[in-house]
Amino acid sequence: MRATAVRSLGFNKRKSRGFMSDQVMNSSGPMLAADGTPLKAKLARAERTQRIRAAVLVMPLFLFILITFIAPIFNMLYRSVENKIVTDTLPKTAAVIGEWDSGIDAVPDEAVFSAFAEDFKAAIAAREHTKLGSRLNYEKAGIASLFRKTGRRLKKFDFDQPLKPQFLAVDDKWGDTEIWQTIQQFAHPLTMGYYYAALDLEAGPDGVNLVAENQRQYLRLFWRTLWMSLLITGLCFSMAYPVAYLLSILPMKSSNLLMILVLLPFWTSLLARTSAWKVLLQREGVINETLVQLGFVATDNRLELINNTFGTITAMTHILLPFMILPLFSVMRTIPPSYVRAARSLGATEFTAFWRVYFPQTISGIGAGSILVFILSIGYYITPELVGGRTGVFISSRIAYHVLTSLNWGLAASLGSLLLIGVLVVYWLYDRIVGIDNVKLG
Amino acid sequence: MAVDGASDYVVFDHVQKSYDGEELVVKDLNLNIAKGEFVTMLGPSGSGKTTCLMMLAGFESVTHGEIRLNGRPINNIPPHKRGIGMVFQNYALFPHMTVEENLAFPLSVRGMGRSEREQRVRNALDMVQMGEFGKRRPAQLSGGQQQRIALARALVFEPELVLMDEPLGALDKQLREHMQYEIKHLHERLGVSVVYVTHDQTEALTMSDRVAVFNHGVIQQLAPPADLYERPQNAFVAQFIGENNKLVGSVDAINGEVADVVLPGGERCQATVVNCEGVGKNTLLSIRPERVLVGDEAVSNATSATVKELIYLGDHIRARLDVYGNDEFIVKVPNKSNHAMLSVGSEVRVGWVTDDCRALDAA
Repeated sequence: MRATAVRSLGFNKRKSRGFMSDQVMNSSGPMLAADGTPLKAKLARAERTQRIRAAVLVMPLFLFILITFIAPIFNMLYRSVENKIVTDTLPKTAAVIGEWDSGIDAVPDEAVFSAFAEDFKAAIAAREHTKLGSRLNYEKAGIASLFRKTGRRLKKFDFDQPLKPQFLAVDDKWGDTEIWQTIQQFAHPLTMGYYYAALDLEAGPDGVNLVAENQRQYLRLFWRTLWMSLLITGLCFSMAYPVAYLLSILPMKSSNLLMILVLLPFWTSLLARTSAWKVLLQREGVINETLVQLGFVATDNRLELINNTFGTITAMTHILLPFMILPLFSVMRTIPPSYVRAARSLGATEFTAFWRVYFPQTISGIGAGSILVFILSIGYYITPELVGGRTGVFISSRIAYHVLTSLNWGLAASLGSLLLIGVLVVYWLYDRIVGIDNVKLG
Repeated sequence: MAVDGASDYVVFDHVQKSYDGEELVVKDLNLNIAKGEFVTMLGPSGSGKTTCLMMLAGFESVTHGEIRLNGRPINNIPPHKRGIGMVFQNYALFPHMTVEENLAFPLSVRGMGRSEREQRVRNALDMVQMGEFGKRRPAQLSGGQQQRIALARALVFEPELVLMDEPLGALDKQLREHMQYEIKHLHERLGVSVVYVTHDQTEALTMSDRVAVFNHGVIQQLAPPADLYERPQNAFVAQFIGENNKLVGSVDAINGEVADVVLPGGERCQATVVNCEGVGKNTLLSIRPERVLVGDEAVSNATSATVKELIYLGDHIRARLDVYGNDEFIVKVPNKSNHAMLSVGSEVRVGWVTDDCRALDAA
């Protein structure tokens, strides 16, 4: 109910804006300046210098963002579906393999084999065939070694004889339907293959299905990223709200001191803060030692506080707390104490005054803080990587793995794109429920 | 003090207030407010008037003494159980609620049923002539409209006492004057008791049955507006309420109601004894600018003065004179036919009736 009330406020605002522009539109005929030229043109000329100056001032930042932010995002989105390696390396095969139907023939006919042989010969000359082999190996294990083996033997092939038997003579795997299906599937310049992989799906003969239970990993990681981010957001909110309230009602002097304590983490390196949590939480760490010394915990039964879900949640809640406190504080500071006083004088108990008068006015701050913390935590990398162990890492860790280690950038891009889509969905939902106009960051 | 309930509706009994334990913001306040009375607390900022109001509302604790409402001590009763309506300086209308919801708030926290609530909200809106604005939000209203809604909200649950903390401070002059009459008429119509805090003396004089002038945490004078203006009890009140000419002298002799005062230049004049400390002590003579007689009218206590400055104000002429060595002496010469003609630099006779010159404490 509260949400709709707030939204309707935003709606009214939009409506009144529309009303104003209508008024402007309704003025009849073009207004003329004193010298007879249209007023609009006159105004545009008079303000041109100012506009150019403004544009010049904004340009460096705009270009910076374009080059370092917008362009990479589009590059990522492109990479997540880009698949030119087969069409580039095997152009002739790509042209004819489309006619092959794996439902009718288990193995393509001679035409495909001869096109493939020519392509492959050219690829060997250009030293591209191993690259293609390792790329296709992501999709079907064994292709890399098959390509290497065939590459060594191709120079002995007799291109005047039928080529299909010669391939089969090199390796039986050339008779494997799945090998050819993989090539056929990737013979398009665009593919959904990375997205299937990122969602633990595979395109088989009977359509798109989930992969076998024991091979699923990304869905679980996405789910974990989601629920842990929500939990961290909730924890941050429940801890930040009282602190922000205290900050907003304390006299300037003490609130400044407290504010420094809140901001202190911002002035410390993220790595240092995460390492500090390691020192505190590990098996031989400060907390366990203290508990053992006090006799609460047996020395051979120390608490597992780190390298698991608990470690990630603890450390990330701490690190993201200021992002919740600051927007809450900036909203609370603008709520004069007279509102609650008015509510009290009108007969409301302390709780009613808080719940019906104070709390609704802080919703914009809660929204701003929550969306900030949630979006930050959903893509967090360093902290979960350092204190999360195996059960506390996020999807970001797999993205980093594919970018840095396995070099499967297409998969990394599709995982990243899914994360981006997730954030946009959250943003959209938020706009629907609370209204983005109501977000106050400071 | 009177013991019948009607004149003792609100009682401040030896009330003291300190915030830091070192300084008293309110020093030994005693004040009785009758049922249906409009009492204004008037004073400069920091004089303790708002603190008194907040103690009455229950937002500040009482350091010493007792506040009674309708014979019942309320020191330990939380604000929401006191049943006192309050209008705040910035109106404090809840921004996330419509006007109707704002007005329904005090009724719904009292658990009132929906239909009765709506009826009362409608009546309250009609009372302040804001009937069509129920669906609006406070931000869509002008200052004066918000003011009316705040007033309606403070009255909608029919309290017998309403507190107002400088409610007109944020309005422009014309609207402020208009609202003064409206509040006054509402008070007369509803018969509620009102405690009104302001630092604007015109506002206090316009609306109140009685005005309590505060300074340094002490009530300097508690009196109806006319008394306050015409018979100030001490130098502070004389200067704070209206315009006032000051002459410092020492008391030479006291004959009943009249004091002979010697001015620094050796001249003598007579003044009504109000608050001077006795023969031989310094005193501050207070004369209102409009009570100074000029030219042929100046008969008693007459002296000659030099005209320093003249300002034409239409209905009167404001003259700054040098009288007994005080060159800040202001005289208002009414602009009636054949009034005394003054010119800058000229000498003129001025004087006043002994009744209009009051000998006060030499603050």
